Amino acid sequence: MELNFTGTDICAVNGTRSAPETRYDVVVVGAGPSGIAAAIDAATAGKSVLLVDENPVSGALMGNDTPLYFGGRMTAATQNADRMLEAIFMSMPDLEKAMEAGAELLLGTTAWGVYRNGPGVASLPEQVVGLADAERSWMVGFGKIVLATGARDLALAFPGWNQPGVMGAAALQMLLTRYDAFAGRRMLVLGSHDLALETALLAHGRGVEVLGLIETRDAPQGGDDLVAAVKAAGIPITCGQTIASAKGGIDGVEAATLTNGETIACDTICVAIGLVPSIELVDAMHGPRSLNPARGGYVPAGEPSVDVVGDCAGLPDTGFDHVAYRMDWMRALTAVSANDTIICQCEEVTRADLIGVQPPNYLPRPAAMCARSLETLLKDGPANQDQIKRLTRAGMGVCQGRRCRDQVAMLLALESGTPFGTIPLASHRAPVRPLPLKILAEWDEPAEMEAAWDVWFGIPTQWVPVEDVGTPYEDDHREMLYTGMYK
Amino acid sequence: MSGSEVVIVGGGVTGLSAGWWLARSGVKVTVLDKFIVGWEASGRNGGGASHYSSPLFDEEQRLWPQMDELLGYPTEHQKGRILIAMTERQWEQYRFIAERHTRLNHPVELLDVKQVQDAVPLAGDNCFGGVHYKFGGHANPQRTVQAYAWALQDLGGKIVQHSPVTGFETAGGKVTAVKTANATYGCDAVVVAAGPQIPQLMAQLGVDVPLAAARAEMIITEPAPMMPLGGVDGHKIYGRQTLRGNLAYGGGPHEWLDVDATGPKARPSTPLARNLAKRLAELLPKAAHLNVIRSWAGVIENSPDGRPILDRLSSPDNVTVASMSSVGFGLSPASGHAIRDLVIDGTCSFTNLDLLKLSRFDGLEKDWREKRGWMPIS
Ligand SMILES: Cc1cc2nc3c(=O)[nH]c(=O)nc-3n(C[C@H](O)[C@H](O)[C@H](O)COP(=O)(O)OP(=O)(O)OC[C@H]3O[C@@H](n4cnc5c(N)ncnc54)[C@H](O)[C@@H]3O)c2cc1C
Repeated sequence: MELNFTGTDICAVNGTRSAPETRYDVVVVGAGPSGIAAAIDAATAGKSVLLVDENPVSGALMGNDTPLYFGGRMTAATQNADRMLEAIFMSMPDLEKAMEAGAELLLGTTAWGVYRNGPGVASLPEQVVGLADAERSWMVGFGKIVLATGARDLALAFPGWNQPGVMGAAALQMLLTRYDAFAGRRMLVLGSHDLALETALLAHGRGVEVLGLIETRDAPQGGDDLVAAVKAAGIPITCGQTIASAKGGIDGVEAATLTNGETIACDTICVAIGLVPSIELVDAMHGPRSLNPARGGYVPAGEPSVDVVGDCAGLPDTGFDHVAYRMDWMRALTAVSANDTIICQCEEVTRADLIGVQPPNYLPRPAAMCARSLETLLKDGPANQDQIKRLTRAGMGVCQGRRCRDQVAMLLALESGTPFGTIPLASHRAPVRPLPLKILAEWDEPAEMEAAWDVWFGIPTQWVPVEDVGTPYEDDHREMLYTGMYK
Repeated sequence: MSGSEVVIVGGGVTGLSAGWWLARSGVKVTVLDKFIVGWEASGRNGGGASHYSSPLFDEEQRLWPQMDELLGYPTEHQKGRILIAMTERQWEQYRFIAERHTRLNHPVELLDVKQVQDAVPLAGDNCFGGVHYKFGGHANPQRTVQAYAWALQDLGGKIVQHSPVTGFETAGGKVTAVKTANATYGCDAVVVAAGPQIPQLMAQLGVDVPLAAARAEMIITEPAPMMPLGGVDGHKIYGRQTLRGNLAYGGGPHEWLDVDATGPKARPSTPLARNLAKRLAELLPKAAHLNVIRSWAGVIENSPDGRPILDRLSSPDNVTVASMSSVGFGLSPASGHAIRDLVIDGTCSFTNLDLLKLSRFDGLEKDWREKRGWMPIS
């Protein structure tokens, strides 16, 4: 076949992408205190500013523990979007100040991906952030993006953790302070560092019955003042114990049993062992990150055009080694957990299957497969969480590892006898929030994109059946299937 | 050749399958990879396995249904595909392809809208019809990579990860050893199956292999109810329903890249996810509410005519080059077999590989990439 080249590959992405819908000097993601402050600063300095926050998120997303580990303990009020919007405004008077300063505010709007040209991509017209609300998604250009996405809960598995009523401290704080929509009444708290103490005091102050704090180490871990305040509120702190299991019924948790055999009736178990900076957006842009145990784990480590503020940049450094503390909890909970304790809730991956590097239950496990395990995999080289995710599906579900990424990394460190941090964390990829196809879709895509679209590279010779090479059919094939390419 | 040492550069599906086939013939194999097996295109593709355009097609079709058993590990292989037309033009094109298959004795059946919906419950009544391929299929790329790797090890083969090959030692017109930063691997024969890095490696042996690298993207949704048939293409996208239920789809414009000897620096996905989402929501309207949970990209290489380069060289005469030219996952059971034959017997026992010889590019213009517009964006 004679191909007549024009110097242009009409099926390449070059020049086919849409321009962003709008542009701002500064886009701030996350309207917590540090995001609002950043928006006010930038707006006051005369910049055009867009401030977005995904809250209020839909009840369906909350049910998926997105963005925080809500554990199904939100009230029916969270189903009412208007009411939640109002609740957020009422609870955050500074939002008005940001608007008065000139920032544009979009609530219920998720930033699901940040894109810029760099290694492996040069085709973007400019750097953009992908946004989405309940109706649609769109792209926004920016000069600078400020990530004020906060921190999310570190979840840790124990027998019975995979039921409603087991939730995280950040989620609880969100439900109590911003949404006024917490459905629990009697709560047990795991942990005794500042996060756990503050959460217990907050809940107590809002009328939740706080039955006690459980600490795996031998003494309370938080600041003396906070410990004293918790004791003064009559909340006991039990040290040298962990939770051995949670029992429940159709509404979830009904009781917790400790390692000493004590059983405590409760409807909520708040896992307040640690917070992890919410760096999904940085991860999804393959931005550098570094491990900082005093600041809660992995933190962004410098990306041009991206500022990180607040807890997203790392928790305040109080000299406490969060990683060591978490690993103590991990060891204690691993000791009480069983082979069939679920680690990844979305994909129902048990601890045994994770450590055994076994495929999901719908696949066969022939003898050779059963003989494989983390131990045999380690003979090929250092463990890699993404590789183990591909094989076991741990972290591959709809929550995209928000509930299990960090604990799987901790478990792999423990099981492979290496310090936490030597095994690379599994990746996040855009969209960093689950987005329906019809929302993510670019419905009004440019004609250039449609014109360039081929199922594969658009190389006519690539798909000619071998029997037809050199016959007249070759040209028919090109005429019929290729949109004028190389003619 | 039994008992001799073959070193394979590249632990993607092509290198691993070749290693497994060689190990089955009693050859001592070592596969060297710069990182982890299947980390590049082989673990990032659509899993399609229906390559009727290839001289390896019959062997691909013969082998896939047996692969789980032969390897001893699950690949998630599923048989059959359906191509759904969403426009009148597509319907015309797909019937043209169907007619071709019929004449080539590949079993296909035309489906009306109702039949499409029966086979693909997520499809809507907005389609024009479909073509059911009663051949071909799809498998899980990541599981397949690991299955090859483990099966090869079970036969005594070695896999050395985190070991980029830096060069070769030659003597008497042969490669005698393959070098990495930390070790030198003596060999009787070499297979270079390093994907987009093949040109750089082969240049060290004075052999010009014309290949251009590009990036391609995919998206995946949360699980959907299982459909009777998971290999659903059409509307200019390709993909599969995984056995878990997720819909994984790719297609659309690619981006040409320069890749140096160390390989891709990153594999970023882009807002193209939105254009894929649009087409998937149109192709399978009853899935439009499903959440997209991830997007990703992979880097693949193409030869000037888009066909593989599968060839044992005349000089150095113990080197076999294997680039699958961006369509190598599905063909891997067969490409491995072909490479085994080339390494051991010097010729392929089951098909004619003339079309895939490197020498077809003798005299290729120096500016072949520029002519095709296959240049990275500067
Ligand atoms: C998005 C996408 C979708 C696709 N869909 C399909 C599909 O549906 N069906 C299909 O059949 N194909 C598909 N493909 C193509 C297919 O993935 C590739 O053709 C195939 O995986 C190639 O395998 P390979 O082993 O030849 O190369 P690769 O997978 O690129 O493997 C090469 C290996 O060599 C290693 N390497 C490179 N340099 C060195 C060095 N110096 N030293 C040591 N090791 C080195 C690399 O680390 C890599 O592991 C798709 C590709 C992409 C990106």
